[in-house]
Amino acid sequence: MKYIASPIAVAIFLSFVGCVLGLSFYYARKARSAAGYFAAGGTIHWFVNGVAFAGDYLSAASFLGICGMIATMGYDGFLYSIGYLAGWIVALFVVAEPMKRLGKYTFADALDFKFNSKGIQLMAAISTLAVSVFYLIPQMVGAGSLVTPLLGFPQWAGVIMVGAIVIAIVATAGMTSTTYVQFLKGGLLIVFSSVLVIAVLARGLSTTPGSKTFFPKQLDAATIMTTGADGYSCVTQLDDQKSGKRFVKLAKDGIEGWWLLNGPSLEEVQSQTETRSGTLYNGAPKEADLFKSVGYVTRLRDENGNEITQTGRLGPLRYLAALSRAEVVRYPKSAQVKLMDGDARVTLFCPVVTRGADLLVPGQKFKTKTPVEKMNFISLMLALFLGTAALPHILIRYYTVHSQRDARKSTIVAIGGIGFFYVLTLFMGLGAMTLGVIDMTDDNMSAPLLAGSFSLVLFAIISAIAFATVLGTVSGLIVAASGAVAHDLMDKFMSVTMTDIQKVKTGKIAAVVVGILAIGLGILFQGMNVTFLVGWAFSVAASANLPAIIMLLFWKKTTATGIAWSIGVGMMSALLIILTSPDMYVQYTLNPATALHSLNQPGIVSIPLSFITLVVVSLLTLKRKAEEKS
Amino acid sequence: MLHEPAAKQEKDPASAWKARLGIRLFWLYCAIYAGFVALAVFAAETLKTPVLAGVNLAIIFGVALILFALILGIIYNHVCTRKEDEMNHEDTHP
Repeated sequence: MKYIASPIAVAIFLSFVGCVLGLSFYYARKARSAAGYFAAGGTIHWFVNGVAFAGDYLSAASFLGICGMIATMGYDGFLYSIGYLAGWIVALFVVAEPMKRLGKYTFADALDFKFNSKGIQLMAAISTLAVSVFYLIPQMVGAGSLVTPLLGFPQWAGVIMVGAIVIAIVATAGMTSTTYVQFLKGGLLIVFSSVLVIAVLARGLSTTPGSKTFFPKQLDAATIMTTGADGYSCVTQLDDQKSGKRFVKLAKDGIEGWWLLNGPSLEEVQSQTETRSGTLYNGAPKEADLFKSVGYVTRLRDENGNEITQTGRLGPLRYLAALSRAEVVRYPKSAQVKLMDGDARVTLFCPVVTRGADLLVPGQKFKTKTPVEKMNFISLMLALFLGTAALPHILIRYYTVHSQRDARKSTIVAIGGIGFFYVLTLFMGLGAMTLGVIDMTDDNMSAPLLAGSFSLVLFAIISAIAFATVLGTVSGLIVAASGAVAHDLMDKFMSVTMTDIQKVKTGKIAAVVVGILAIGLGILFQGMNVTFLVGWAFSVAASANLPAIIMLLFWKKTTATGIAWSIGVGMMSALLIILTSPDMYVQYTLNPATALHSLNQPGIVSIPLSFITLVVVSLLTLKRKAEEKS
Repeated sequence: MLHEPAAKQEKDPASAWKARLGIRLFWLYCAIYAGFVALAVFAAETLKTPVLAGVNLAIIFGVALILFALILGIIYNHVCTRKEDEMNHEDTHP
């Protein structure tokens, strides 16, 4: 599919970015002190902070990634919505008020409040940096995806652009501007996502969703492959060892396309061919617009089981019920076939026909048949549940309000906004799945392209909000990371003597460095689903930070050494499991079957390991302390 | 400067009481969430059962988990605010 930059889209987009930057410079005057820069002086209203929480949390992963995953995998994407929201229960009931009561600027403050331990300061700072950087990767990947269709830039240019704007925001006004950017964005995201869902429900389901959708042609295999017909000639045939499928390359009018040999017929598939001279889409450059978007309903039935071609306007429940009776054509990543055709690397996108009823239950992405699959699933749900309350950029938001009561109230506003948005993701994802708008090379674009199928203005607004989503979340993460460097590492751990102004300056320099690092990683990880990447960030956060927070609050025998070791072991074990996982082997272009283990989600091992480490080390050091005292 | 809170904290006599309530509500939600995960892992077929207007248990349970989080949050806030006011009053007028 071809992306064309439209003047309206660019104008709306630029106005948005202009607003964000304007806000940032306006609030720059409040950021002269450390309290202003790192915690907005604790002066933000609880409602503004609550919506800003939603803005912070509804990152590229929630908006772009979840919609994309639901669009290609159905209910399994919605599992992320459920898990991400459930995580706020931990934040509200366990973490919010003690964090506010104990801490000052960073989560390390809260952990360290009664110990003043160098070990805690160092490990908490490193873990904040690690989680922030892990969380930054998907945001930057999402940013790159967005800029391509909006402005016609390549992916890397998008990543650099976001990085540069964010560095400008963070290096000027810190937490105050970040908060107001998030407030603006969080509010607009919820409002315009509601508009999009209303449009999806008003359109209903149809077996002919749009003229730009790819409907595969069928040819008679015997006629074409032996004698040729309709101008087609057989160029080559290749077998895919993994799936046992045979693919045939046919040429017509000088353009080569790929077909799947399916019994007596040839079924057209879409292809991406990477050659030394460039990439071809369905045998031609992208500008030729031969590469189409996908996803449509093949069979539709009414309540009585009669075949119909369209439903017309539907309410939310009737929409879901109608989809469960339908049959849908999807193009999941698991059905992609990669082949070598001479020197050229070919990716073939094959259709998978799925019953609607199967799409509305877990199972398309996360299988639960074998013990390892069961462990991966439980592990993911555990990490999502425990990860939210351990994310540094969420934790620092508790310091921007005045009191514990305000911290609690803003968390509830966040739960309301985020929960409502997550229900919307289900309809946006399913709308994209059935309305023929998905780009197979980048499912992160499903929500903006869905908006584009209704109107160019809606596309521009949704894309601009999504871009601001990335800007806001990245700003928050960078403030958290710069706080870890300037406050936890330099001020507390190294006891570097600095004036208040010097501390802010150090924080800003750290922000620039982390921003540049994020740009590099965003380019490196392009093409991966951003929600999937964020799942990993949650695992690292839940393993490194949450056991320390929980045990500090609720176990009196917790020692400083126990906390420091628990953070270190949790973080390292989660990172190690991720880096040696089958999914990472795919990223390294290695055979995933040869990975060191079968776990893709580390939480089920790394979270208990972190708890056990804390308990064992605390008991050992407690004994030693008692002996020293006596 | 950095060793002082970003906002001055007021005394909160209700904090221990709120923490106990929070933990209880956390375990309540945790049990229901665990039930959902257990169903998905060990009895996935059950989630296909239509339960409301032709919509299956997977969707209804998922949306209900989201709604329940909000409802619990509102109840928690209401009860905590009342307790804070009550205990602050006792604290200032013994």
